[in-house]
Amino acid sequence: MTTDLRALPSLPVMPVHRRVEHVMGMPVSLALRGRHAVDHEADAAWAEVLAALRDVDRVFSTYRPDSVVSRLDRGELALADCPTEVHEVLALGEQARQESRGAFDVRRPGPSGRRVLDPSGVVKGWAVERAARVLERLRATDSCLSAGGDLVCRTALPGSPGWRIGVEDPADPSRVLAVVPVRDGAVATSGLAHRGDHVVDARSGEVPRALASVTVVAPDLTWADLDATAAFALGADGPAWLRARPGRTGVVVHADGRAERFSGPSRSPRARRCG
Amino acid sequence: MRRISAFVLSTISVVVLLFGYSTSTAGPLAATTPPAAESGTTAGSTGSAGSTGSAGSTSTSGGTSSGSTVTGQVVSTRWGPVQVEITVADGRLTGVQVLQQPTGNPKDEEINAYALPILTQESVDAQSADIDMVSGATVTSEGYVSSLQSALDQAGL
Repeated sequence: MTTDLRALPSLPVMPVHRRVEHVMGMPVSLALRGRHAVDHEADAAWAEVLAALRDVDRVFSTYRPDSVVSRLDRGELALADCPTEVHEVLALGEQARQESRGAFDVRRPGPSGRRVLDPSGVVKGWAVERAARVLERLRATDSCLSAGGDLVCRTALPGSPGWRIGVEDPADPSRVLAVVPVRDGAVATSGLAHRGDHVVDARSGEVPRALASVTVVAPDLTWADLDATAAFALGADGPAWLRARPGRTGVVVHADGRAERFSGPSRSPRARRCG
Repeated sequence: MRRISAFVLSTISVVVLLFGYSTSTAGPLAATTPPAAESGTTAGSTGSAGSTGSAGSTSTSGGTSSGSTVTGQVVSTRWGPVQVEITVADGRLTGVQVLQQPTGNPKDEEINAYALPILTQESVDAQSADIDMVSGATVTSEGYVSSLQSALDQAGL
């Protein structure tokens, strides 16, 4: 007798438990589902996630004059004296600058014309991806950690349905215009909604206007966030650039409200075979 | 039966099935989505399972003209232990039997690590979209107050 694999029994859907805190001026939300969704292990992991994000803020905040990055920018601290994390973030920023043909840059034109060091375009995704690793020790527990709309999904629950991630409509943040199912991966969105003119095209210093938002789905949040920001900064060139990025999918919303999906080339020989 | 065989033959490589359950179910989805729907994470997890999968055929039995049956080893996957048996006749796969089922639910299209986003016909509210979290440019705590994620968080607390 032959079994149709699609007819296997499914597990009941488990409840999702949520926590929210505000760190670095942004909301950090955690959704947990499974064995350690509400116990002391979950509490401990959540505390570690928040502590990790606060540590990052102390090192990288451009709003804190005493942060490592602020002191580095003012020349009070030598790069050699910075923590290894600073080197890691700067290296990522440089890689993103090269790969985005200069549209993304951690050194952006400041008010006085001097280029100021602002690695926040790298730090957010990188920090959340890093903090989310703590959650992997919660056995048989699915987690989804979101910080200001950028998120990391993990599934560890046998029979997990995965996470369903809505993509916010940039014209109306109370609505979604796409849904992406994610088991293990990250989703980042870049746009101008809610935060004024934050993203600039580093080549011109101008605020990009061609796109309303860029959402990137990738294996890790560091690159999902970098790519979303870079593509947004690239403006009209963003969609074509994204389609050449390996292992990414996502949604681009144009300034006129038109939404389009994209998917880059596969990342590995195995993926190509399955595709 | 014919439908099932067709399903198995067209969408699942038995070798892949032996390798790991998550891979086998990636097949049907991958067939309907562009290549990038497959992720590195999936590839990684199946790659590690591949070492056990390669030892798939452990026992062979069955007749000659009616085909032979090959029983795979029990393979541990992220969805639980999986063991399958295949029947081959005249060099062609004629049947697959699952001796040990994983506890996962393969009906989920989300079985892939992540997939191509699904665009809604028009923007919808969170409830209609049945979502767990929202990705958006809602960065500041001020913006969060009116955001959809806030509503989701409140609903879950």
